[in-house]
Amino acid sequence: MSVKQVQRVDRVVIRFAGDSGDGMQLTGDRFTAETAALGNDLATLPNFPAEIRAPAGTVLGVSSFQLHFADHDVMTPGDHPDVLVAMNPAALRSNLRDVRRGGTVIVDSDEFTKRNLARVGYGASPLEDGSLEAYQLHALPLTSRTVEALAEFGLSRKDAERSKNMYALGLVSWLYNRPTEGTERFLRSKFGKRPQILEANLAAFRAGYNYGETVEGFAVTYEIAPAPAPTGTYRNVTGNTATAYGLVAAAHRAGLPLVLGSYPITPASDILHTLSGLKRFGVTTIQAEDEIAGIGAALGASYGGALGVTSTSGPGLALKAETIGLAVMLELPLVVVDVQRGGPSTGLPTKTEQADLLQAMFGRNGEAPVPVVAPRSPADCFDAALEASRIALAYRTPVLLLTDGYLANGSEPWLLPAVSELPDLRVEFTTQPNATAADGTPVFQPYKRDPETLARPWAVPGTPGLEHRIGGLEKADLTGEISYDPDNHERMVLLRQAKVDGVTVPDVVVDDPGAATGEPADVLVLGWGSTYGPIAAAARSVREGGERVATAHLRHLNPFPANLGDVLRSYRRVLVPEMNLGQLRLLLRAQYLVDVIGHNRVRGLPFTSAELAEVVRTHLDELAKELADETISDETTGAGR
Amino acid sequence: MSPSIPLQVPTYRGSTDGLRDVPHLDEGVALKKKDFTSASEVRWCPGCGDYAILAAVQGFMPELGIRRENVVCISGIGCASRFPYYLESYGMHSIHGRAPTIATGLATSRPDLSVWIVTGDGDSLSIGGNHLIHALRRNVNLTILLFNNRIYGLTKGQYSPTSEQGKVTKSTPQGSVDAPFDPVSLALGAEATFVARTTDSDRKHLTSVLRAAAEHRGAALVEIFQNCPIFNDGAFDVLKDREQAEARIVRLEDGQVVRSGDRVAVRSAAGGVEMVAEADLAGREPLVHDVAADDPSQAFALARLSEPTMGSVPMGVFRSVSRPTYDDLAREQVAAAQERAGGPATDDDLAALLAGADTWSVA
Repeated sequence: MSVKQVQRVDRVVIRFAGDSGDGMQLTGDRFTAETAALGNDLATLPNFPAEIRAPAGTVLGVSSFQLHFADHDVMTPGDHPDVLVAMNPAALRSNLRDVRRGGTVIVDSDEFTKRNLARVGYGASPLEDGSLEAYQLHALPLTSRTVEALAEFGLSRKDAERSKNMYALGLVSWLYNRPTEGTERFLRSKFGKRPQILEANLAAFRAGYNYGETVEGFAVTYEIAPAPAPTGTYRNVTGNTATAYGLVAAAHRAGLPLVLGSYPITPASDILHTLSGLKRFGVTTIQAEDEIAGIGAALGASYGGALGVTSTSGPGLALKAETIGLAVMLELPLVVVDVQRGGPSTGLPTKTEQADLLQAMFGRNGEAPVPVVAPRSPADCFDAALEASRIALAYRTPVLLLTDGYLANGSEPWLLPAVSELPDLRVEFTTQPNATAADGTPVFQPYKRDPETLARPWAVPGTPGLEHRIGGLEKADLTGEISYDPDNHERMVLLRQAKVDGVTVPDVVVDDPGAATGEPADVLVLGWGSTYGPIAAAARSVREGGERVATAHLRHLNPFPANLGDVLRSYRRVLVPEMNLGQLRLLLRAQYLVDVIGHNRVRGLPFTSAELAEVVRTHLDELAKELADETISDETTGAGR
Repeated sequence: MSPSIPLQVPTYRGSTDGLRDVPHLDEGVALKKKDFTSASEVRWCPGCGDYAILAAVQGFMPELGIRRENVVCISGIGCASRFPYYLESYGMHSIHGRAPTIATGLATSRPDLSVWIVTGDGDSLSIGGNHLIHALRRNVNLTILLFNNRIYGLTKGQYSPTSEQGKVTKSTPQGSVDAPFDPVSLALGAEATFVARTTDSDRKHLTSVLRAAAEHRGAALVEIFQNCPIFNDGAFDVLKDREQAEARIVRLEDGQVVRSGDRVAVRSAAGGVEMVAEADLAGREPLVHDVAADDPSQAFALARLSEPTMGSVPMGVFRSVSRPTYDDLAREQVAAAQERAGGPATDDDLAALLAGADTWSVA
């Protein structure tokens, strides 16, 4: 065996791509877990078609998983893969254009048959026609090697071929010096009850690893040192898992049962799946007959004194609109999780977008304000879910939690919080009359508000002496009786608005390194939701180039932080990149009369940091030119005077 | 309103512990009708059948012996759905058709409540049809009172999903071309465990059916024929005129021959049920009603006797069987998971959940 050279690199972006049935998501998950265990910082981007099994071997059916890992903090899943593992010609065809020139391309040469090539429009095999010269190509017969390695297990060829993803994972694990114990442990727990399948997968995984070690083709293996990170215990977590855990933690800290009413919808279903396995934490999940029933059940549970939650994605939010309006009127706690996906209508179910912001803000009849919270990264979904629950419980209001497909399925290391230090969300149900009638008898007024929060009392059924009726008809102030009085209606509309406007939210924090030394940036890049990573990475790149740029990120979209207007007005130019056509920009312009500029793409994919850095540089150049022109024009004017 | 014909009070079998987990009044304490009468002024039209139903409910509630604060009435939208405002207990006047969804969430999370739904034929069978059948299918412990007046009242007189075909209304000047639903058939088809029909005009029968429905553990659907004096007056007059009623009402008495006047029910050659004069039986076996039969086929066949012309209208309890309820099963799963884990989750349990199986430390 030859001695391999080990090269230290600071960051790698790797993409696994294959047919929907090739197990690429699993392969990516396992590689991520191995990488997390090594202490690298990382970010992931799964990308798969909406069809469960799109036609095999076609570009439409390609599923991929991208992972960016580094010895420093990682902000995005990476723009351009350094390594592409392509399990068939379709995967190569649809992914090659993203690969960095000079990057490594590993393909399963067994799949490069005439038929498969023709199916995706390759006239000649790219493995032979020189079109891959710019890349380090490793064309390996992964399928036949896997079948050979499993010869002793007596599997059919078809069954043996299924393990080729594990063979590829073994090879790449070797290439990047990943530990193998975790994957072996995982396979044992997954296939423990099917020893033949278990042994086959283990053998394929090891064979792939050993192949790397013995073959001459790979001259170098790579090592990425652990990333410096705050001390503590970490795990890898996806956004949907973090959302589910945040809701459980909120109910735990509130001392309330959690009831999720939900209807399966991509990409939100994993929240339902995760919570349905957590009954031990007092969680009840109701898989309802439709989206409307899902939120109805959640609202019914809230009425009874639970933390009611519903989870959905874009089209589902449209269906829930009327019940959110009812919850606004009833003034009961309710958390509505919307995992945004490409729209309108069914749109791009498995792709990401941020185009539900205005629906979250305004998608109801009448004046029906609702607080809106958005996490910025997969792990941040945990804190954002807690925050949404805090607002819902403290203010007795429905709250929209806007995650998105990228956050939901993407993952990153998460510094585990101490449970005892999580926010205290305890609430007290009202059990006694809270007012006095004219004749001096104590009475209960269901719409008498807390002077500070404007929240109304939460008196749950079963409380003696406080029997009352609520409903969607306008309420008389204080008593909650039906009222058609014009002045009362206006008062109640204003009160509900004031309650939401008065939700306490922290000030927005600006990252402007030059401000401390009296050299603030001219351009502020303001983001919300999952654009946090690409914006931060772009800003870093711009600053490394010696230019100044400030960034800020909004977690609270309604109400906005109190200092936001001042922040916006203190920069010459405010740039808001969004995966929509300018929804936050519209809100900012309307509320603050600041001429915010947008950068808007709706490709179903997160921004790349390179793209955003380029946009920022363009604005910096424009501003520099404007400044120069202003100077000249000032001089000209001055001279003419 | 006094009943023009007395229907016999039916007897029941099946499940009777619907109120098992609801706190009862202390020994020696009794409530009265006025305790269930709210201060809200009742605003239905004069002569509306809803008044009789409200009075019957308010009057019989004390008989259940449960605490008033543990009664919750959820409604949707429509004339009937104003009901919760008039019942002194907890209540929610929600949105059109969705009461079963809210009631499902409430009943599942709160076993100590007696949860009632008051709905109309439009609310429950048009916009809320989906939720009604799923609440019945799941067998959530709910009592559903479906006020059927065969018309849209609150929107001023359009035809409803129970209006007879050809009905001339504001929205169907040339007659409705819609085929109607029969609520009882629909409920039985949706696997309901308790299905009954009664009328606003027979207080005694209405009350006895309501009591049986309340005591049933599971989803109980009670169709109540209710007269709308403004938009569909007299829809059920043929059942209120003593002579006609005797000939048309098919009495459902558990363990008794199913009969209507001088006719009795027999199996038909087509596999259903038909009414024949007792004198013409010619050796055919008259049908004996069995509310607790596992197989709902006979109950369904009886429900099919109903027809728009109301020639034969079965009244009483069609079906009352015991089947595990959704909310009991859901709560049992939570309780079992907590018991296996040694009790409700502690901070340490939550910390272990958050950590998962694969963690690493940065020193």
